[in-house]
Amino acid sequence: MDVVGIWIAAFLTLGIFSFLYKDNPFYKVCEAVFVGISAGYWFVSLFWQNIWPKLLLNLRDAAAGAASGRGWDERWLYLIAGILGVMMLMRLLPKVGWISRWPLAFIVGSTAGLYFITYLQSNAISQVHDTLVPLVAAGSGSFFGLSLPFRVDWDALFVFAGTLTGLVYFFFSVEHRRVAGGAARIGIFFLMVTFGASFGYTVMSRMSLLIGRMDFLFSDWLRLIR
Amino acid sequence: MSLIDRMLSIDRRWIYLVITVAVVVPLFLDLPQRISVTPEVRGLYEAVEQLPRGSKVLLACDYDPGSAAEIQPMAVTFLKQAFTRGLRVIVVGLWPQGPQQADLAYQEALLDPKVAAVNPQYGIDYINLGYQAGNEVVIQRMGSSIQAVFPRDSRGRPVGQFPIMEGVVDFSSIAFIFNVSAGYPGTVEWVQFAGDRFHAQLASGSTAVQAPQVYPYFPRQMRGLLGGMKGAAEYEEVSGFRGKGTSFMLSQSTSHVAVVLFILLGNLAFLISRRKSRVGAGAEEGR
Repeated sequence: MDVVGIWIAAFLTLGIFSFLYKDNPFYKVCEAVFVGISAGYWFVSLFWQNIWPKLLLNLRDAAAGAASGRGWDERWLYLIAGILGVMMLMRLLPKVGWISRWPLAFIVGSTAGLYFITYLQSNAISQVHDTLVPLVAAGSGSFFGLSLPFRVDWDALFVFAGTLTGLVYFFFSVEHRRVAGGAARIGIFFLMVTFGASFGYTVMSRMSLLIGRMDFLFSDWLRLIR
Repeated sequence: MSLIDRMLSIDRRWIYLVITVAVVVPLFLDLPQRISVTPEVRGLYEAVEQLPRGSKVLLACDYDPGSAAEIQPMAVTFLKQAFTRGLRVIVVGLWPQGPQQADLAYQEALLDPKVAAVNPQYGIDYINLGYQAGNEVVIQRMGSSIQAVFPRDSRGRPVGQFPIMEGVVDFSSIAFIFNVSAGYPGTVEWVQFAGDRFHAQLASGSTAVQAPQVYPYFPRQMRGLLGGMKGAAEYEEVSGFRGKGTSFMLSQSTSHVAVVLFILLGNLAFLISRRKSRVGAGAEEGR
């Protein structure tokens, strides 16, 4: 079975790669297989991971509890989630599509509330905290062989300069001339380095995927590499 | 047509061919490489080394086969280091295929002689709690009760029957979290909810695309960071468990050289042709 799977995977890989030469029916088939399997996989996965265990099983147990005379069961709250889910599907019907805005509003509101604090804490306050560190400290340091009466934290200084000049670049209430203009130009330099690093990482990521596929073809399929 | 014009109008398929050769040929070579270890990677290695034997660590697998080439070597090396250090590993996933990838990593880790000597047992040293839908809300709820969120393991058995789950209540029962992530939900969410809210110690192994986004979390909000395949190779280097991350780096290096050369040649050809067209326009005006 493994051998059959490897051969199918190899042909699908080659089919997708064939697009690099030019569009062709083999590629179209592989693309359609990928899209179809992805949709089917997600549908089945979400049904058995969400709707079945979290909605249907909980409601079934709550109903069984009610039938045996038990009091309030908090699992009935899942009914609200179920109703919101059905309301979301109303967008498939043009006449009552507006109903889907209600569950959408619920999602937007709860997500905004959940993220408001976490983003403020993790991506704002903590980052500011990490930027506001001592740039110089007591002790003796050096700069290109020149001894200094204090120790400079060059990493922190670099981060501080990058943050400050980057902020100046995005500060439009002052015309970018003289000091502000110079700082903004340095800010652009830092931004360009950032974009370049991101691009470099993206190249590495895409190459990694290609290497992974090539390794699969030459070691798992053709067994030319051990 | 001049050489410059040919360079500017080269068929992109030649570039694909060169890149393919640059990737494939090194896969057949076994050349020694010097891989320097960065502080981000050393941070993860040392954080794991400092954990007392028997500590419970969480391996959060938020990726799928599409990004396995980058991420899988990280998960394998982490399992090898954890088992040889006597740590007990609990796997969870916010991506449906993440826990399946973890099982593959577990099987691969067991092939290592050092790990085989330890002979980690399912339910005692390792457990896979499977996938749970709900993204960041799952992490938030794990802060109250891990067993309420994951009542069964990936094979449907109640987690209470496994010795590894004894005493596991919330994040305070977990000594360290290693999140291997290929996007959302992933490292950002683990830092925001498990790290910053519940003060869990954590590190991340990210795809290279995602690495620049999560770098600012190091070192205060994350103890370590593996960025892409290079990070995986560094982790293998520092831990002494050489694997696919290291063997792939030669292909990575040669393909990068090819990309850089293409960028340089493309820019050079563009600058020369622009200069030529300017000179030509100046001559036209002079007439």
